[in-house]
Formats: sequence, structure tokens, C-alpha cells
Amino acid sequence: MAEVGIRGLEKRYGTKTVLSGLDLELVDGECFTLLGPSGCGKTVLLRLIAGFETPDAGTIRIGDQRVADAAAGEVVPPNERGLGVVFQDYAVWPHMSVADNVGYPLKLARVETALRRDRARAAIAQVGLAGLEERLPSQLSGGQQQRVALARALVSEPRLLLLDEPLNNLDANLREEMRFEIKALQKKLGITILYVTHDQEIALGIADRLAVMDTAGRLRQVGTPEEIYAQPADDFVFRFLGIANFLPVRRDGDALWLGVGNERWTGPVPVRPDALLAAGFRPSDVRLARNGPGLPGTVRRASFLGAQVDYLIDVEGTLVRVTTPSHECVEHDLLFVEGETCRIDLATVQWFPGDVVAGVSR
Amino acid sequence: MTAAAATTSRFGTPQVLLGLSVAILVIVVAVPVLLIFFNAFWVDGHFNVADVIKVLREKDTYQALLNSLILASGVTVTGTIVGTFFAWLVTRTDLPLKGLMKVLFLVPFMLPSFIGALAWKMLLSPRAGYINRFFIDVLGFDGPVFDIYTYAGIIAVETMYLFPFVFIQVAGALERMDPTLEESARISGADLFTITRKITIPLVLPSILSGALLIMLYSMAHFGTVAVLGIETGIYNIPTLIYEKIHQSAGSFNSIRTGTVLATVLVITAAFILWLQNRVLARGRYQIIAGKSFRPTEVKLRGLRTPMLVFCLAYIGFTIVLPTATIFMVGGLRTYGLPFTAENLTWENYRYILFEWDLTRDAIWNSISLGFTAAVITMFAGVIISYVIVKMKVRGKGLLEFLGMLPFSVPGSVIALGVILAWSGKFGINLYNTVWIILVAYIARYMAFSLKANSAALEQVHDSLVEAARASGATMWQALRDVVLPLVRPGMLAAFFLIFLPALRELTVSVLLYGPTTRTIGVAIYTLNEDGETVYSAALAGIALVIIIVGESVIKRLFKGAAGRKG
Repeated sequence: MAEVGIRGLEKRYGTKTVLSGLDLELVDGECFTLLGPSGCGKTVLLRLIAGFETPDAGTIRIGDQRVADAAAGEVVPPNERGLGVVFQDYAVWPHMSVADNVGYPLKLARVETALRRDRARAAIAQVGLAGLEERLPSQLSGGQQQRVALARALVSEPRLLLLDEPLNNLDANLREEMRFEIKALQKKLGITILYVTHDQEIALGIADRLAVMDTAGRLRQVGTPEEIYAQPADDFVFRFLGIANFLPVRRDGDALWLGVGNERWTGPVPVRPDALLAAGFRPSDVRLARNGPGLPGTVRRASFLGAQVDYLIDVEGTLVRVTTPSHECVEHDLLFVEGETCRIDLATVQWFPGDVVAGVSR
Repeated sequence: MTAAAATTSRFGTPQVLLGLSVAILVIVVAVPVLLIFFNAFWVDGHFNVADVIKVLREKDTYQALLNSLILASGVTVTGTIVGTFFAWLVTRTDLPLKGLMKVLFLVPFMLPSFIGALAWKMLLSPRAGYINRFFIDVLGFDGPVFDIYTYAGIIAVETMYLFPFVFIQVAGALERMDPTLEESARISGADLFTITRKITIPLVLPSILSGALLIMLYSMAHFGTVAVLGIETGIYNIPTLIYEKIHQSAGSFNSIRTGTVLATVLVITAAFILWLQNRVLARGRYQIIAGKSFRPTEVKLRGLRTPMLVFCLAYIGFTIVLPTATIFMVGGLRTYGLPFTAENLTWENYRYILFEWDLTRDAIWNSISLGFTAAVITMFAGVIISYVIVKMKVRGKGLLEFLGMLPFSVPGSVIALGVILAWSGKFGINLYNTVWIILVAYIARYMAFSLKANSAALEQVHDSLVEAARASGATMWQALRDVVLPLVRPGMLAAFFLIFLPALRELTVSVLLYGPTTRTIGVAIYTLNEDGETVYSAALAGIALVIIIVGESVIKRLFKGAAGRKG
């Protein structure tokens, strides 16, 4: 229920600069995901917004309130920022019952006892924990504790909800379930969410918009999940959003060649004018065939993974990953064994400068 | 620009807490210790090392240093052997009643060693000792069989009370050691002896060394046993010589200087031993010693099972039951030296010292009130200081961390001497001969316990718990009150008892600081014994033992209850 404005933000620890000159705008009511590798400074940004850290330069605005202004030396303490925060380790107070945990923000806001109890109860019910009000955190599972943390963050109807890798410690099924629930709650409450994570699947799944941060704490790209997935700004973003294959391509006049050899490039034609290029594609962007159009390859490894088959294929000395749905493999006789030759046909390709290292990377 | 930001927050809560913490440690610990160094090295208005060396070369100081070294080395060797052997016996063999034995071997920790020394004096002093008399009178020996007033005697008595340092560490390490390490050696064809020599001992060596160094640290700075058993034949160590110098020369300049020089040696030695111990522990932190409890392979004692059990029971009977019983029995005698027969035993002594004699009643009251007050103050001071050290990010914390290490390496007699220097009117406040000077010294002495218990508790309180409270709208103080305090309460309670119980039986510090009306229990027992009032001394010691045993069992119950609720 508030937009966030960040201008020229800088944070240093000793001589190490974690963030510098960072600008970011969050739109009112959106779910914004900050995606980056671990140690990139995304948690620092969240902590700066929450008020647990003080910026060395720049300003932070939440709604109409300027909460941090390094130049003016103004810092609003976290308790006066009207936020909800959910931590990676839940941070549920072990000495308080579920009801006390969730009711604590209301108690601090001096909400009268009866009303406080009702609102806490409602918040607990909202995250699906009705009936567990009197339990102590030690009697709850990890997922339940995470729900308590979520209810506690939401109970005082904050204008901004900050989530710091909240699903990391949960198992895969629970993680998915919670992701849908957070999204549903956000739609229902119309709250602004900043969600920090290194998991691209969660980020793409939950975000209205997202930003990709690199190891130096710079924002490489900001946009909707579809934009970022379909039009990555650079190879860092491309790599970060999933398994990435790169094949080297060289331009010779009008002709395109694969790598340094004599194999003609058969994929889409690049718009970039560079003489040396890297063609980036996902394992699922490949049409695999026994023969016909496409680049020739040799299967180096085949792994049957149930719904799909995962191949590692040598294309003129460059290894690429290709996944094909199992039913397609069966229907079209595409169950290769190691050492067999094949053809890979590329429907879509992202073009990058030629200095991007070839091969497959995550 | 950033300077402006800093100005606004310069005097926030963190700075107040840091300032307070530094102030407490400086006043209570740093100033006394610095005054000792200053007095030792500053002669006639200038820095003088030659004079320090001159003092160290005087015969009695030199001899005391040597004695401390001899005694500490002896106790370290015997204590380590005894502790390691029993630790192995209760963790790695099929000894019967292992659980009970483990508890019994820790009992010496509870008992004040100077009371033990007193008991051994009653049993083994060359002429009057009951055991020696038994040998002479009943078995017809020509002279005493044992003489407790010797190096060997002192080492033996100190060993009885200090070996648990090694026992705890080694038993812990042996229990936590992953048995697969030994099993894989066994599968590789090694016999049990080889495994013990090549695998087990190297793995627990850091624990053995660390426990041995703790014994050395305590023995080096130990007052009680040497004071009771050594003075008769002129065996002084550093703490007893400090006591002798301060006490007999009524605070003359020369004796204080000798005291400060000795104290300096003691501080440096203690700091060195602690540094060494830290290095041993840091290097020895093998990952193979996991946190979990395993069921290690046990050595079958076979035919030795019963003899070993008898040996353990005899050891416990001889070192714990016999001295304790002696104290109670002698405390009940009409006159010291009478045989223990029904008509010679009476409750009168106990009644007299508990209800009639002002000297002993004062002593009991002083110890209880001093122990309680010191425990409360130190508990709160410790929680504040630990909070700043463990939890806060504030400039200048390094100084506090350094100051926080000090209490660990300053032995009791050094604290007492420093407190005399600091609080005898030098800074306009004269607490000498009042209970307050003992209180200040107790706070300094026990700060280390409080810091240890409280930081351990605080480290369990994850930062995000406090941040979650702040984000929920709590001010820093509200977060401290509602989240931190409830979670560290067990640590604070532990700190309280870790201070209160030892303070009840404290001797080393108070013996240097007591005045006519400010004897503590320890001082009263010690001085009564010195004055030849052996029976009253023993009776008071008996009462002290009762208080200690009751106190320890109350805590055990309390903490067991708390642990039970949590699980």
C-alpha cells in the first residue's frame, strides 16, 4: 500500500562496498522480487529498507515518508517504518505462543486486548493455522513456524512487506505451496511486497516485476518476469534464470559458421553485427532429431528423468544440455544412447557478444 | 556527509550501553590491575625494572615463585593422570555403576579445597593427626607415618580437588568421539592397545592438555591448601606470600611492592596459560569429535571389573567421605584431640557458633549477604556487557572485548591486592576494612563467570529475533525487555548461582581484605584454625559444607526442572 523510492543508495562495510549508486522504484501494490546470487548484497538492500542498517549515501522513501537520508543524517528506526518482515530463519520468538507471537505487533501498537485477540486469531486463520494459537514454536514444524512469521508480519496491516528468502528452509513441496499462498495473500490484501531470493523459479513465479542483481551489487535488469526471461539484458541475467547453453558463432561476410570449423550455422540469424557471437539457448529450446536439419552432435550422456530425458551433447567440441519430453522421445524414436549422433535444431536463440564463454552453464 | 549521520546517532542507546560496560570493567577490574603494574614498576617517580628484578631475587620471593612452580607442576601431572584415568574408566570400560561414578567424581568440584586441607591436617599432621596417632598408639610405630606438611602432601590434597578439570574435559571428548574412527582402525587390523595409542589418545589430547592447563592455572593461584598446610613448615607459594606480606607488615611500602611484583608475575603467568589453552583448543577442534553422543566400544575389564569398582569407591571414600566425615566429627568434639567416642561428641559447638558467637554469626551473615549482592550485581553487569560484546555493532567494541578478557586471567589474590590499592583512599574513597571493599573485589573476581554464562545464553538468541521485534514496532528497549531478557533469563540465573555458591565459601580474596567485623565464612574458618580453635573451625566448616550441598542440590533441581519444561 505504498510505493518505495530508492536513490543513489550506497553501503560499505569497512573498505568493502556492497552497494553503490543504486536506484530502484517499487510500485504501490506490486510484488517485487530481488533476485541475485548469494552474497550479492540483496539482503543488505532489504535490511537498509527495513532500517536494520544505515546507508552511507543516498535516500530511501516509503510512501510519503523519507526513512533514510544519508546526506541529512536522518534515519527512521525500524519500529517507526510500519513494515512487516519475514526472515529466512523464521525468527519466531520461542518463549511466546503462536497467539502471542502474532499479537505482539498489535500489543506494541496499543490495540485493546479483545480486539487484539480477534485480529491475531484472524491473521492466524489466514495463514491456515487456526486451532494452533496456544502452541509454542517448538511444537510446530518449520513450515508452520514460517506461517506464524508471515501472520505476524501481516497482522498490523503494514504498508510494505519484506521477505528475506523466507522459503529457503522448507522442503520443495512446502516451498511451492507457500509461494502460491504468499501470492494469493498479496492479491487479497493489495500489499506491496519486496521478496529477496536467489531461487529463480520462485522469483519468476511470484513476481509482478523483478530485478536481477549481480555479485557486485549492481542491478543488471528490471522488468516483468516474461520480459526478463524472454529478453535478458546480458549473459549474466540469461545464465541466472536457468540452465544456459552457449554456442560460438562466427560471421564471415554474409555466411555464419559454427565455432572455428566448417560447419554452417543453421539456427536463427543474429541482428547484432559482431563478427564473433555467442548463441544462447535453454535445454528446452532445442528440437532434437536423428537426422534432418540442424547442427550435428554426438550424445555424450543420456539421463532418463521421468517426464523428460536430459542429454549432454557434443556440438563441434562444445558441450550443451538438451531436454526432451519423454513421450516425444518415445513417439519419435529419440531415445539416444551414449555415442550416437544426432541433430539439434534451434528455434529461438539469444544473441550475446562472442567473448561469452561457450558451453553450458548454470 | 557521513559524519553528519554519525553525529545524530553518537549518543544513542548503543553508545550508552557501551560506555556503561567499559566503565564497569575499567573501574572494577582494569584500574586495580593497572595499579598493581604501576606499583610494581614505578619506583620513586620513575619506571624501574632493575628494582623489580631485585625484589624477585630476594630469597623469600624467589622461593615462593619456585614453590608455586613446583606445586603447580606436581598437581598438574598427578591431576591429569588421575583425571584422564577415571574419565577413561567411566566412558570406555564396562565398569559397573558408571553413571553414579561420573557424578561422584565431580563432587570434589563442589567442596572448598581449604576445608579439605583442614581435614587432612586433622588426619595426617605429623604429631596430632588421627591417622598418624593411630599408627603410633595402636600399631606401635616409632614416629608419624605420613607428613602432610610437605610438598607431596600439598600436591596430593590439591590433586583431590582439581583433577575434575581434566576429568570433565576428557570424559566429554571421549563421549563425543565418533566410534567409527576407532572401529575403522579395528577393521584395518589394529588391536585395542594400538587403537588407544594411535587413534584415541591423539584425538583426546587437546582435551587432556586443556584440562591440564586449567589445573595449572588454578594451582598456581591457589591460596587455601598451601595456606593451611604449607605455612607450618615454611612452604609459601605466590598467593600465600602476598597474604603474608600484606598481613604481617600492616601495609608497609616494601611489602606492598613485593606483593605487587608477585601479583604481576601471577597475572602474566595466568595470561600465558590461558593463551596457551586457547591455542590448544583452537588447534584441537577436530571435526571428528561430533556434537552427538555415540555408544563407543567398551573395553571389557573382565576379572578387573570388581577390583576397579572397589578402587573407585575406595578413592571416593578416601578423598571425599573421609575428610568430610572428619570435619563433622571434629566439629562435634568437646575438645580437639579427644578420641571419637559418644561421650566426647556434642551438638554444643554447632549451636554455639550458629546462635551465640557473634564472630561466626557475623561471618555467616557476611558471606550470605556479600555473595547474594555480588551475584545480583555481577549478573546484571554481566548481561549488559555480554550483550554489547555479543550482539551490538558499535564503534569501540574492541576495547570492551579486550577488557572482557581481563577478568578471566586475574587470580583472586591479585584482585584483592589491586582493590586494596584502588580503594584505600587513593581516589578519595576509602573502603578498607569495610564489607564494601570485599563486595567490589567479589564483583571483579566473579565477572568472568557472569560473562561466560551470559554470552553463552545470548549467543543462542539469534539477531533476527530482535530484528523481528523491531520490525513489529518495538523500540530497542521494548525488544530487550520482551525478547532478549526472557530468553537469557536461564543464563542469568546460571550466572547468579555460579557466583553465589562459590562466594559463600570464598577465602582467597576475603582473607586479604577482611576487617574486625567483616570476616566471611572462609576467613572465619581459616583464622579460627590459625588461632588453634580447631573444633570451632571444623564446626563452622561443617556448616559451610551443609549450606554448599543444599545449595548445589537446589540448583540441580531447579535447572533440571527448567530443562524438563523446555523439552
